[in-house]
Amino acid sequence: MLILECPYCGVKAEETELSPGYEAHLKRFGPGSSPEEFEAYMFARKNPKGVHFERWRHTYGCGKWFLAARCTATLEVFGTYPAQVSEPPADIIAKIQARRPDWKGYK
Amino acid sequence: MSEPVSALNGASFQGFASIREIGPLGMITLRAKGVKALDKAVKAVTGTKLPATRRIEVNGDRACGWMSPDEYLLIVPYAEVAASLASLANDLKGEHHLAVDVSDARAVFRVEGDKAADVLRKLSPVDFDKLEPGELRRTRAAQVAAAMWAQDGGFTLVCFRSVAAYVMGLLTHSAQPGSEL
Repeated sequence: MLILECPYCGVKAEETELSPGYEAHLKRFGPGSSPEEFEAYMFARKNPKGVHFERWRHTYGCGKWFLAARCTATLEVFGTYPAQVSEPPADIIAKIQARRPDWKGYK
Repeated sequence: MSEPVSALNGASFQGFASIREIGPLGMITLRAKGVKALDKAVKAVTGTKLPATRRIEVNGDRACGWMSPDEYLLIVPYAEVAASLASLANDLKGEHHLAVDVSDARAVFRVEGDKAADVLRKLSPVDFDKLEPGELRRTRAAQVAAAMWAQDGGFTLVCFRSVAAYVMGLLTHSAQPGSEL
């Protein structure tokens, strides 16, 4: 069972109280972008075995979207943070690097 | 004016805890964030301070609960909703906010008795031993959204009116005599 702490209300919410929003930190390619860029934005996902950044929504609680860093292989959660950022905060990155020294960064 | 009727007309059940549908209860959803006059506007309606994150401030038959970073639930007597909305509109004039009467869109239940928590424990992924007095917890009751808090030796549960019968069924089944945890 995946348990994520909502960064807005502080509830340690269990998976069934949340809705998944899939990969986080996607850069949108809209009108004016090349077909290749748009295709990559629409369809290409990292789907890594290991560290992954995801969007989650606290559906049955405060209803806010937040982001989470976790490991898809072990379900270890490195941390959650509010969604109003374009890249993971430094403390989350430091935590991941401490736990996964061979991690290659989120890009 | 027609008489207000609660969703289940005050249905009740006596199991190892007592279940009662209460209401009609005046409820106002107030959405606002970072508004200066908010403390004053809420105090004028409920007589309480603005609740901290995940708290509910109770003052007799009035209360103000924290629902999300920009949402509050104001509870007032049913007959005073219109006056409360007018008071909010006056105090928050010119500020970005939304106040709506949701009294008839919700159903409210009371779960009472020594083992009241056991009734809810079976329905929600919440550790009720760690639920503090004055803490409002929004979660799910089986398949539907609900908000609950401990008050006066029992729990108050708020859900949408459209699922009132479903929630009454859940609570009734969960409180069956002999099914204590």
